[in-house]
Amino acid sequence: MTYEERLQNVTVLGAAGKMGSGILLLTALEMADLNLKPEGKGKKFVIHAIDISHEALRGLMKYLRAQVLKAAEKKIVALRSLYKDHSNLIENSEIIDQYVADVISLVMPSTSTEPALESFLIFEAIKEDPELKVKILSYLNTNNPNQPWFFTNTSSIPIGVLDKKAKLGGRIIGFHFYNPPAVQKLVEMIAAKDTLKEVQEFAMTYAKNLRKVVVPSNDVAGFIGNGHFMRDILYATREVEKLQKELGFVEAVYTMNHISQDYLIRPMGIFQLIDYVGVDVCSYIMSVMQSYMKEEALHCPLLDQMLALNVKGGQFSDGSQKDGILKYEKGKVIGVYDPDKKDYLMIADFQHKVNEKLGPMPAVQPWKNIVNNPGKEEILKDYFTTIKNATSPGAELTKAYALKSCEIGIQLVTSKVAFSEKDVNTVLLTGFFHAYGPINDYLK
Amino acid sequence: MKKLRRKVYMVAGYNTVSMGTGRKEFNPKKERPGLEEYIKEAGQGTLKLIGGAKNVDECAIGNFMASRFNKQANLAGFFPYIDEGLRGKPAIRVEGACGTGALALVTGIKSVLAETAEVVLVIGVEVQNTVKAIYGADILAGAGWFKERKDGHAYFFPGQFSDRAGAYFEKYGRDKTRKAFARWYRNAIENARLCPTAQEFHNTVTDLEAQAMMEPNGKGFVDHLNVFDCSKVSDGASAIAVVSEEGLKRVGIPREQAIEVIGFGQVEEDLTQKPIDQTELSTTRLAVKNALESAGITIDQVGTAEIHDCFTVAGVMAIEAMGLADPGKGPDFILEGNTAREGKFPINTTGGLIGWGHPTGATGVHQAVTILEQLTGKAGNSQIKLSPDRPYGLSVNMGGNDKTLVSIVYHRG
Repeated sequence: MTYEERLQNVTVLGAAGKMGSGILLLTALEMADLNLKPEGKGKKFVIHAIDISHEALRGLMKYLRAQVLKAAEKKIVALRSLYKDHSNLIENSEIIDQYVADVISLVMPSTSTEPALESFLIFEAIKEDPELKVKILSYLNTNNPNQPWFFTNTSSIPIGVLDKKAKLGGRIIGFHFYNPPAVQKLVEMIAAKDTLKEVQEFAMTYAKNLRKVVVPSNDVAGFIGNGHFMRDILYATREVEKLQKELGFVEAVYTMNHISQDYLIRPMGIFQLIDYVGVDVCSYIMSVMQSYMKEEALHCPLLDQMLALNVKGGQFSDGSQKDGILKYEKGKVIGVYDPDKKDYLMIADFQHKVNEKLGPMPAVQPWKNIVNNPGKEEILKDYFTTIKNATSPGAELTKAYALKSCEIGIQLVTSKVAFSEKDVNTVLLTGFFHAYGPINDYLK
Repeated sequence: MKKLRRKVYMVAGYNTVSMGTGRKEFNPKKERPGLEEYIKEAGQGTLKLIGGAKNVDECAIGNFMASRFNKQANLAGFFPYIDEGLRGKPAIRVEGACGTGALALVTGIKSVLAETAEVVLVIGVEVQNTVKAIYGADILAGAGWFKERKDGHAYFFPGQFSDRAGAYFEKYGRDKTRKAFARWYRNAIENARLCPTAQEFHNTVTDLEAQAMMEPNGKGFVDHLNVFDCSKVSDGASAIAVVSEEGLKRVGIPREQAIEVIGFGQVEEDLTQKPIDQTELSTTRLAVKNALESAGITIDQVGTAEIHDCFTVAGVMAIEAMGLADPGKGPDFILEGNTAREGKFPINTTGGLIGWGHPTGATGVHQAVTILEQLTGKAGNSQIKLSPDRPYGLSVNMGGNDKTLVSIVYHRG
């Protein structure tokens, strides 16, 4: 079966979710482009969008239409050439409208898993629940006569475990997109011990056509991305436990968020990132990882405490940030949740006092000015040299945090999760939009 | 071309801001003034300077594609909206793609020559930021032959002039020409920074030439031009009064605050024909020749020009078409500094289409306003020093791919 043939009948499970909708969008665009090429003309392509509620699927179709329109506008130069034989389509607007219609017509929404039984390729982006995943994959594998290939978007469960428990015979690969898949360049690719070679080859071609940066990861729970992120959370929350004795809880949370964002020049502070992913999701990923890593304590009491108080974060359907550990106004962090008061305390009320304690922050441009700056290497070297030589409490916390982040990265290589230090850095650079990789010499 | 049978002047120029990306106050997500507000602002600006609507005999408005950008036609009907005093007076809307503005001026000139009017209020307007650039490209493609749209580029006009640039590179060499494009861009932006209504007035980039040397990318845009080679999408209006000697007296403006139209060339080429030579603007050449002949002067007597640099390559080719440089030597003329504001032939002294902006239907009128300001010493920070032996101003306004051309020769009144 060729690449094109495999993509003629595809299913996305969990298609209306944050990850599933992005996977569906990118795959539908790839299928439409294959369909429009001379060799693809007349062939039937279909992608089943499966999710549990009609309402969610309606929302998905609305999202798809808007996103396909954006994609079409962006690639109009190529589309004019793909539609050159359609003499009735003359203006850009006509070609764009037709392309949107062509892509949408490939998508068959459904609340039943039945249509997946005819697919050759099945993307799985359902809840991060090992038992549920095994149950569904196993059912589809048993009842689909095509010996389908499974691409799972799990960010924490070992692929080998899913393969074995669902009896997939190596027809599964970890293909972990980053959120949102339509924007994020990174894909972590995880081949299990028995993953078939042709599945891996197909995955590489597919990733290349989607213009993704592929980082291979070994089949160890959490892989590289969450392997770093979850341990980063554990470090930050343990620091909060220490700092709160002196500063108080909300001040300590603010401090570690401030250090991780502004001092470390990251796009978001650590607690904002937890809210972005969802407190519940982070907690769940840790528990899944913990079940495969008995020797290491991967458990975060702070997240438990927040969940018990129904503080969850996550996003609204329009993509805007819900309040979580932090409170937001127009995307900006303005408050921190106080578990004792069961309410948010405004950062403006205590920020000045805390910043004074941290000491003067060395001058540095914000992350957005640095991340794509061609001269960033020099800027970062200078900045971290200043940090290294500074003795303020803020600088000390920054050094310790940066060194811990580096240590976590190196540990991912020594424990054979990542193949190289470069891979770890690539994941943090492209999947987390960091301005620099955690494994660096800045503080040496 | 005959000499004009009667003296014709232009006075009381007014420009709105050329609004669009680059202006600090521009926010595509927020509601902005509509077509009628631009018309009103420009019209009232000129009326105020000529003693009000009572002094106006006729009105002409130039607009290219409000029917698509703004879903609005019958624009002559907006004159009474500018001022109630214009109710009941003759008004006309004219169109000639990006050469529309100068056609509106010519309409005014001809009314004065025909003695049907002593004072004509002329406005040019275009409000284009109503659609994304990719759809705007469809609308602007109307300046070409619609039967060629299907085979044209997604960005139709950038595609047309990219083809010209490609042909020019092939014939005369790429490196020097691209450098001249970059210098053209730098001159345009530096001039625009001196003019508060210019779209690039807020531009603060330090090394403009280095920025403009960005390699073109045919996959996302066109093969031979980058975005800095192109004029931007603009909203704006310009107005001016075209008057006779009697009209000048009526509006109470002294002759030295006016410019006199010494001659003009108005030329049309077949829209269905491809350019005879991609490296040459032959219709522009003819229009300028006719204008100079009608004025009875040579290009050597011209001190400054406003020319139609919808693309840098159009600027280079226009210089050659005007006779300022031999074919293939336009880039040298620019790189030697001649067209800069301190050079021997300052061009587009408020930024031109690339720097000031290109609200398509308004551009021709904006050119006249700039020449008026320069020749009467009212150009503020943009003011250039004109040599007494070269006192004439020249404008070149082009519609389509060298199809609809108007060139006008001016002298201080």
